[in-house]
Amino acid sequence: MVSVEDYGEFETEWCPGCGNFMILKAVKRALAELGKSPDEVLLTSGIGQSSKLPHYLKCNVFNGLHGRSLPPAIGAKLANHELTVLAVTGDGDCYGEGGNHFLHNVRRNPNITLIVHDNQIYGLTKGQASPTSELGMKTKVQTHGVFNTPLNPLSLAISLDCSFVSRGFAGDVAHLTELIKKAIQHKGFSLVDVLQPCISFNKLNTFSWYSERVYKMEEGDHDPNDRVKAFEKSLEWGEKIPLGIFYVNEKPTFEDHLDVLKSGTLVRNKSDPQKVDELLDRFI
Amino acid sequence: MSTDLVIKVGGAAGQGLQTIGVALAKTFKKSGFNVFATQFYLSRVRGGHNTFQLRVSDEPIRAMPEKVDILIALDEESIEEQIEEMFDGVIIFDNDVIKINNNNDNNNGIFFHVPMLKIAKDVCGNKIYSNSVASGAALGVMCFEFDYLAKVLAEVFKKKGDEIVDNNIKAARAGYDYAKKNFSSGCKFTVSEPTDKDGRMLIAGNDAVGLGALAAGVQFLAAYPMTPSTGVMTYVAANADDFNVVVEQAEDEIAALNMVLGASFAGARAMTTTSGGGFCLMSEALGLSGITETPAVIFLSQRPGPATGLPTMTEQGDLQFVLTAAQGEFPRCVLAPGTPDDCFYMTAEAFNIADKYQIPVFIMSDQYLADSLFTCQRFDPSKVKVARYLMSDEELADTDEYKRYELTPTGISLRAIPGQAGKVVVADSDEHNEYGHIDQTIENRILMNEKRMKKLDLLREDMEPPHQYGPKDARITLVGWGSTYGPLMEVVNILISEGHSVNHLHFTHVFPLPLEATKNILGNSETIVCVENNATGQFAKLLESETGLHVSENVLRSDGKPYSPESIIRSMREKGVI
Repeated sequence: MVSVEDYGEFETEWCPGCGNFMILKAVKRALAELGKSPDEVLLTSGIGQSSKLPHYLKCNVFNGLHGRSLPPAIGAKLANHELTVLAVTGDGDCYGEGGNHFLHNVRRNPNITLIVHDNQIYGLTKGQASPTSELGMKTKVQTHGVFNTPLNPLSLAISLDCSFVSRGFAGDVAHLTELIKKAIQHKGFSLVDVLQPCISFNKLNTFSWYSERVYKMEEGDHDPNDRVKAFEKSLEWGEKIPLGIFYVNEKPTFEDHLDVLKSGTLVRNKSDPQKVDELLDRFI
Repeated sequence: MSTDLVIKVGGAAGQGLQTIGVALAKTFKKSGFNVFATQFYLSRVRGGHNTFQLRVSDEPIRAMPEKVDILIALDEESIEEQIEEMFDGVIIFDNDVIKINNNNDNNNGIFFHVPMLKIAKDVCGNKIYSNSVASGAALGVMCFEFDYLAKVLAEVFKKKGDEIVDNNIKAARAGYDYAKKNFSSGCKFTVSEPTDKDGRMLIAGNDAVGLGALAAGVQFLAAYPMTPSTGVMTYVAANADDFNVVVEQAEDEIAALNMVLGASFAGARAMTTTSGGGFCLMSEALGLSGITETPAVIFLSQRPGPATGLPTMTEQGDLQFVLTAAQGEFPRCVLAPGTPDDCFYMTAEAFNIADKYQIPVFIMSDQYLADSLFTCQRFDPSKVKVARYLMSDEELADTDEYKRYELTPTGISLRAIPGQAGKVVVADSDEHNEYGHIDQTIENRILMNEKRMKKLDLLREDMEPPHQYGPKDARITLVGWGSTYGPLMEVVNILISEGHSVNHLHFTHVFPLPLEATKNILGNSETIVCVENNATGQFAKLLESETGLHVSENVLRSDGKPYSPESIIRSMREKGVI
């Protein structure tokens, strides 16, 4: 039996009251409830307040560069596909600096779970606009207010036929835990975009701002297998903001296409230099 | 009499000059000759002016001289561009296709019209076989044994079926017969076939690197295609299924090296392949390899920069960049093969160094080495040792607390991988403590920085001393690194035959430099001349700063072309070195 305690308790560098704490709680609970032990889990992250999360629980960690949580995640997953791999990132990290990796890993569909702490602001660098910041939001850099169209991560993912697209809210740990569990259990690339208030720098999208707007999509109301409906739902933003699983599309994972992984993990394969001998004949 | 003949095929991209060139190269290799072939091509799929040049000799060769004996001209431009290089040679061309303006009487003797198109149509009913006619004609003017070419064509076209094979051989035979009968200086280029027909290989540098990686047990390769490195990626991909390798074409070079680091962190032997421009994007992840102490092998095939530069040409212009790329300081290793043998054995060595020291290791090649074909002895895979330097499950199970960055006297910490023996492994791009968690205290920073840098001292001891060629105590020492090995060896041979006192010191282990050995060998040299394919003498600077020795003269070339022995000697004369 794995318990939440197995994942340890660590001192953090987050602001008191930060939404990150709830996400951390949900991640730990989800892993424990799924019976994943710390040694079989790998968390990769980039840079940002979100990306410090892997340091605050006990498991394998690769905390890399800004925007680059996904490339090491897929490299590690291919090297050892028995690991449960989660990439933990933020809206700046994932949709800004790492936008290209986001697009192409949705296309690859590795069996990896991507958790995005989406607080619609840059926290670590103290309050500049992020790709998901609201139009008109004024910052010290965006002095005339944001005029670049905000990126809609859910619509983007659905348009790319991402195999699992969901949204959670840091203010609802129980619901978020379930979402993360489903995302981990889903075979394929799964996105969990988490609405997360930044109490220090985002004075617009606060706990109460989100709480007044978010609602959970009931299973009967929304069919996650319907891509067009999922796309419509993903466009809903403003007075009402839906939470839950928007889109599920079961399809072969990146690993499924690789026959070399069928006989076991790459890391456990033994190599034999003599094997190249047969190739040398072709140059004679 | 010893044979030393240069054959050049010139034409537009898409005309099939490479097929002709490779067929001839294989033919001469089969008959026991040493063959060396280089390509000059432009960055386009069709058109332009490209050449495939091969040198045939019964002596070992690794460089291309500037004179051409036989030119197969597939277009007019080939004649215009190459006629200056002809010295008592012959230009084989099809007067029905190419019109020549031959106003110069001196040139009369050198043109030899072979109706390639007509012969192809007459014999096979299709003009596409005219290239085989050309191959045959080249052998015809040499009165060379035809059977070798027939065997090579049978191998080359085997996959396309018997009819295609037969037609190519028929066309080649017709070209051969035509040339033998009609070439006015009949058998002028006759070569005597070597008796020693051992099982040597004909191989390009890129293929040799790919073979070395497979021999070393590469398990993961992520790369973004970029000339002239792509051949390695392609070679490994072609054999990936048989060797249990995952090859992934990354969305960009940033992803490529980051993927490699993730795979390596998880325990796979991993490499990336790129050229200077791609490596620019990787320099961020290079630092990540440095601070996380994650092994990575980076194959970097140089081409002239900056930016897109000359995409299909050669240069050794990236050394200083590779030595200092990424912010901060951390150990790295730079290897620079000079021959296909080096490419094979040193690629395998690169993986062992990366794993032992947990650092990034570069294999620096260039377009010249990557794309040229060389004859060499068959590689011996039994000489390749795979050393992973990983903790066993038992060792790890006996460890109370696993510390990824444990402080040790050498700076090397024991390496475990995720998912092993119930332990966890933590790596971090921030400065971190022994467990891998963020630690920004000054005390920790000093310890960790020292730990990483300390590895360089031990690594330096593993670096092989430079290879000396020629008399030990020569007055002039020509210093080179990487792909200039072949041309410089020939320069030494030529200059010694002219009575000069000269030798060559060649570096394959470029960084960290094997200091003691280098100082011992070079300490007594009267004149050190560094020869490099770049504009600023990048290796010379490294040599001077590391050893304190003085480089007397730099011989440099950065026009995109490789060194010919003649060009080096010319430059030495201009500089008054000889």
